[in-house]
Amino acid sequence: MELTYPKITSLRMEHITKRFPGVLASDDINLSVKEGEVLALVGENGAGKTTLMNILMGLYQPDEGRILINNQEVRFKSPNDAFAAGLGMVHQQYMLVPNMTVLENIALGFKQAWSAFKLDLSMVRDRIAEVSKKYGLFVDPDAYIWQLSVGEQQRVELVKTLCLGARFLILDEPTSALTPQETDELIILLKKMSSELSIIFISHKLQEVKDLSDKIVILRHGAVVFEGNTHEHSPSDIAALMTGHEVELPLNEEPPCEGETALDIKNINVKSDRGFLALKGLNLTIRSGEIVGLAGVSGNGQRELAEAINGLRKVESGEILFFGENIANRSPQYVIESGMGYIPEERNTEGIVPAFTLKENLILKDTERKEFSNHSFLKNKSIEQNANDLRVKFDIRSPNINVAAGSLSGGNIQKVILARELSRNPKFLIAVYPIRGLDLGAAEFIHKQLLEKRREGIGILLISEELDEILDLSDRVAVIFKGQIQKVLERKDANRRSLGILMAGVKDDQAI
Amino acid sequence: MTKQFRLFYKATIILLAILAAMLIGSVILLTIGANVFRTYTVILFEPLKTTLQLSEVLLRAIPLTIIALGISVAYRSGIINIGAEGQMLMGILGTTAVALSFPELPKVVLLPMAVIAGGIAGGAYGFIPGILKAKLHVSELLSTVMLNYIAAQFYTFMLRGPMLDPAEKISGTGTPQSMRLTRSIWLDRFLPGTRLHTGIFFALFLALLIYLLLWKTSYGYKMRAAGASSRAARYGGINVTWYLVIAMVISGMFAGMAGAVEIAGVHRRAIEGMTSGYGFSGIVVALFGGLHPAGIVPASFFFGLLIIGADMTQRLVGVPANMVNVLQGIIILVIVSTKMILADPYLMENMWRKYQSLTKKTKEVEA
Repeated sequence: MELTYPKITSLRMEHITKRFPGVLASDDINLSVKEGEVLALVGENGAGKTTLMNILMGLYQPDEGRILINNQEVRFKSPNDAFAAGLGMVHQQYMLVPNMTVLENIALGFKQAWSAFKLDLSMVRDRIAEVSKKYGLFVDPDAYIWQLSVGEQQRVELVKTLCLGARFLILDEPTSALTPQETDELIILLKKMSSELSIIFISHKLQEVKDLSDKIVILRHGAVVFEGNTHEHSPSDIAALMTGHEVELPLNEEPPCEGETALDIKNINVKSDRGFLALKGLNLTIRSGEIVGLAGVSGNGQRELAEAINGLRKVESGEILFFGENIANRSPQYVIESGMGYIPEERNTEGIVPAFTLKENLILKDTERKEFSNHSFLKNKSIEQNANDLRVKFDIRSPNINVAAGSLSGGNIQKVILARELSRNPKFLIAVYPIRGLDLGAAEFIHKQLLEKRREGIGILLISEELDEILDLSDRVAVIFKGQIQKVLERKDANRRSLGILMAGVKDDQAI
Repeated sequence: MTKQFRLFYKATIILLAILAAMLIGSVILLTIGANVFRTYTVILFEPLKTTLQLSEVLLRAIPLTIIALGISVAYRSGIINIGAEGQMLMGILGTTAVALSFPELPKVVLLPMAVIAGGIAGGAYGFIPGILKAKLHVSELLSTVMLNYIAAQFYTFMLRGPMLDPAEKISGTGTPQSMRLTRSIWLDRFLPGTRLHTGIFFALFLALLIYLLLWKTSYGYKMRAAGASSRAARYGGINVTWYLVIAMVISGMFAGMAGAVEIAGVHRRAIEGMTSGYGFSGIVVALFGGLHPAGIVPASFFFGLLIIGADMTQRLVGVPANMVNVLQGIIILVIVSTKMILADPYLMENMWRKYQSLTKKTKEVEA
């Protein structure tokens, strides 16, 4: 059965304005997409990309402005209206039921297959086959969602959206959770699909913007700052327009620093949440004044290592010597007081108390310090002073210091954490995925801060999956694989190829 | 957005919510054929008409305030205390035990001792679910409710056995109650002709204490952090399980002290049914008051009003007092639902803009 809908030959958003408490999220935005066009919507975190798309999808109502499809004004009161008009959006977080099959998940939204007492699954199956063939998107309808990789789940989301009759796709950061190979596949796929339908995709990865889009619209602080054809501009131009200034991620170009041994991890065994040994006799030494990058595919023990050092996870055996003192199995508080700084992986739930205000979060570790409390009574004045100082120094963009930290954007939350950790003058710093999901401007800022701390003679353990980040910043690179350090390389010996091989578990790269 | 507008906005919404609740309640009142308007006026205004009745409202508000304060500490720290009823009973027993054991001590010594004993007994009873949760991850909902049953039976046993009034034994009536406690433990009734006692000042003092503890000290900060996000609190070096236990002990202590105040101020002997369900109403008061002392004090007053008003409707309008419990339930449901609206910053922002454009227009008209 072929389901036919009228094509969407043009979509325009005119003078869209949307205000949120304290922010102008969309400021008189105009954009238009023609048939078969791919529009890249780029901008830093918090620039208003997602808000704009949510308005288009009927999740928010614009305060001013209108939306036209095929030159006719439409009003979407809810996402259902937008679906009915042929718009489909794939969100950053996939909305799939893990313990149901692909077929069942797609049937959930497929209203044509529903009647009072019967769900026509074979009709859904036919539709999936039809869409798969048309767009070259192959999925196994009988696989359970939990069995699928992130990339495959995304494909299911795409098929789902298309099955429901979308003739216009909106993709919110489609590659943010994908591996490099999956990303390449997706780009090829989307390119093929763009001959059949129009696509808006949100991204801040400039390479894929270049690869995929015809047109580009750059948002900054809720307003369109640039609009043009993609092929006429280089990625560095786009980056500069995005952030408002030239962006160059800083490099660690100074000579290696010979400081004293700061952190000496000896033969530790640590269990994961599921009970198996996540770290098996791991050894690693880091000196003051050097950045050691820990490269590895995530899930090889990085989280357990960071938590074990910080007293948040039990160490089964082995020693963690911190300036000569064994801190294995000490309380988190003890480790903090010995001078450890820690930027955790989960910045939204672990690095801050989301319901607490900005100023409160900045003293999370220091409520007992003389500076902020007197006989346990908090000194509000110095707490506010501290928050105001750090807000300026770390360029935390928030309406004031009394907003809930959880309401800030990811980049600003990371700056709050960084501000707190660095202002405590740590003797050592552990940074886990410090720029994951952040835009270039925020990443640049955070890298500069880390390098600055290195210059001050602080040792840093940088845990990351991004090889560029590791190669940019590290003095030495350690590669972790299945809970052990594969090899430690000097910066001059480390490159994408050698690290990639080690990360895959091959120890002797000479053999290849 | 001005602070006044914010307050005005919130007050309006709460007022609208109460009106909505009353509207729903009136449907129920109509089904039993009551005079709706008269019922509401009796509940809300009749108790305020005479000093005696007003004093009775305040009398109910005292234990409610103290219990609700304790519950808000637990709640803010991430543990839900449904066991205030049992903790209050234990507090009554603790106070009674001290009063019966040292009847000859002077008031300045005995009264604080007895109140503290009540607090310790309640606190110890709160410690049990706290430590079970911290060490063994036992759900506090389960443990506190079960401990309520145990406390109720233990209380009855004590009143029928070891603490039974010797006079009852002689007369043989066997009413389960303790003997009248010594005069030096009584809280003074400072308003002649009423039962209103000095416990009211104690309750207000405790409200101030809790405010300072939760919002002005590092302990309160840590407790609130543990409650708001235990993971982040642990990361920040806060011993979450420790503060969980502490919060539960404080919560139990407050319920125990409420019992102590109730016996020393009102009944002056341990009798059955003394808790009057305060332990449960206290939960409602705490939530109703926004888990903040500044909200809990008026919320307690409001609930005291409902309790006395329920009595009066029964006498004056012929609406059973149980009906007022139904109304209470409705009000709570509506208020809890309203919280979602209150928490919506977008709506507030929208209203603010409307309000601004409105005032701008009137100004233009005036000009």
